[in-house]
Amino acid sequence: MVKVKVEFLGGLDVIVGKERIHKVEVTRDDGNAVNVGDLIDYIVAKMIKEKNDVEVFIDNGSIRPGILTLINDTDWELEGEKEYELDDGDVVSFTSTLHGG
Amino acid sequence: MFVAPSDPTNKVKNLKLSQLCELCHSRKAIIKRPKNLQKICKLCFFHVFETEIHNTIVDNKLFYRGEKVAVGASGGKDSTVLACILKLLNERYDYGIELVLLSIDEGIVGYRDHSLATVKRNQQQYNLPLEIFSYQELYNWTMDEIVEVAGIRNSCTYCGVFRRQALDRGAAKLGIKHVVTGHNADDMAETVLMNILRGDVARLEKSTAIMTTSKGSPIKRSKPFKYSYQKEIVLYAHYKKLDYFSTECSYAPEAFRGTARELMKNLEAIRPSCIIDIIYSGEGLVLKPKKPKRQTVVTKNSSKKMKEGNNTTSAKKTEFVDGNRCEKCGYLSSNKICKACMLLEGLENSRAKISIENDTSADGAAKTLRTLENLTF
Repeated sequence: MVKVKVEFLGGLDVIVGKERIHKVEVTRDDGNAVNVGDLIDYIVAKMIKEKNDVEVFIDNGSIRPGILTLINDTDWELEGEKEYELDDGDVVSFTSTLHGG
Repeated sequence: MFVAPSDPTNKVKNLKLSQLCELCHSRKAIIKRPKNLQKICKLCFFHVFETEIHNTIVDNKLFYRGEKVAVGASGGKDSTVLACILKLLNERYDYGIELVLLSIDEGIVGYRDHSLATVKRNQQQYNLPLEIFSYQELYNWTMDEIVEVAGIRNSCTYCGVFRRQALDRGAAKLGIKHVVTGHNADDMAETVLMNILRGDVARLEKSTAIMTTSKGSPIKRSKPFKYSYQKEIVLYAHYKKLDYFSTECSYAPEAFRGTARELMKNLEAIRPSCIIDIIYSGEGLVLKPKKPKRQTVVTKNSSKKMKEGNNTTSAKKTEFVDGNRCEKCGYLSSNKICKACMLLEGLENSRAKISIENDTSADGAAKTLRTLENLTF
């Protein structure tokens, strides 16, 4: 089990009860280390209130293009994306870049 | 209230050489630049991002010393970062310009009022003067009222025409001749793509200009973020913990633009440089000069007419003359009456019909709509 902070920024908070910052505990049944892929599954299953909102967040099985994913402020592309193994206290943020300026 | 993103507390263990910044080689790289795929650290990112905008400003001679410049401020990410960066660069490189935040209140309850609250906080945060002009005072219509009359489908058309003029008029009232907007590279690529898809070649040629001026207008417009990626603007705002507003407008976004945007985002995911590439392509496109009217293709139908009287076709179309003025409001217009006045005339006619029955102006159509949406059976 890991305890991490998940943030929904740039307007994405609307899909998770309009709260920007969430503290969550994620576990895996097989006892392996929890990775970002597991966290995303957790968000889809437990945190997104309306089923219709899932497609705002997910596209083609991964994070929708146009949403910026940071792990401890580092672009997740540099951290192995879904494979990154989470530690207690990690901060994962999702920021929508799509809203008007 | 603004909730800043949290700072990570976990320290990086076992930093590998390949994870270091490609510029300073001493700190951990945190982003991969979409422009050139370079991996760089936070401090180097601030430095290159700011310097590139400075170079854009200098290379294109956007400002002159002593110039008064209005930043079109919506409270969104682009204009917030623009205001922040221009203030910073003005101090760092001593441009000697005077910055003012200029906001337009379209009158969309539940949306614009909230974003204007953000602009008001920005005014404090950056210590810049702020001026707000509303559709209500300029046109005697709020967007909420317009949508009630004209329907939600046309909302972007009205809003776009009115905002363009409102920014000009606002600037003119303040004695400012230069308005900068936060349009970024993604916006511009999107516009180029849309103009290609629509066959709007006249707009296509203009759409990549960093600065636009009209002969008759004293107000010029420029886009210092022309070469800045949306992704980097959002990252900059994130790392600097800038307070910006990020809710989609209550009225549906333009469907065509939305689709073009999605296409661009999907392309960017595969080839990040395509945004800058499409701007480059747009810059390279030059329209071939128009053929004189007489030589236009003569179709079977029209050839008969041509024989009967050869003057009928030529006189009809009005040429675009830069610097004409609207007969009603005096604003720049290629036609006798400007587009805003034409739209307003249409609106006035329909207002007369419905004004008696429903008066929801206090709450606004956006609120009414949301109340309707929330109703369940």
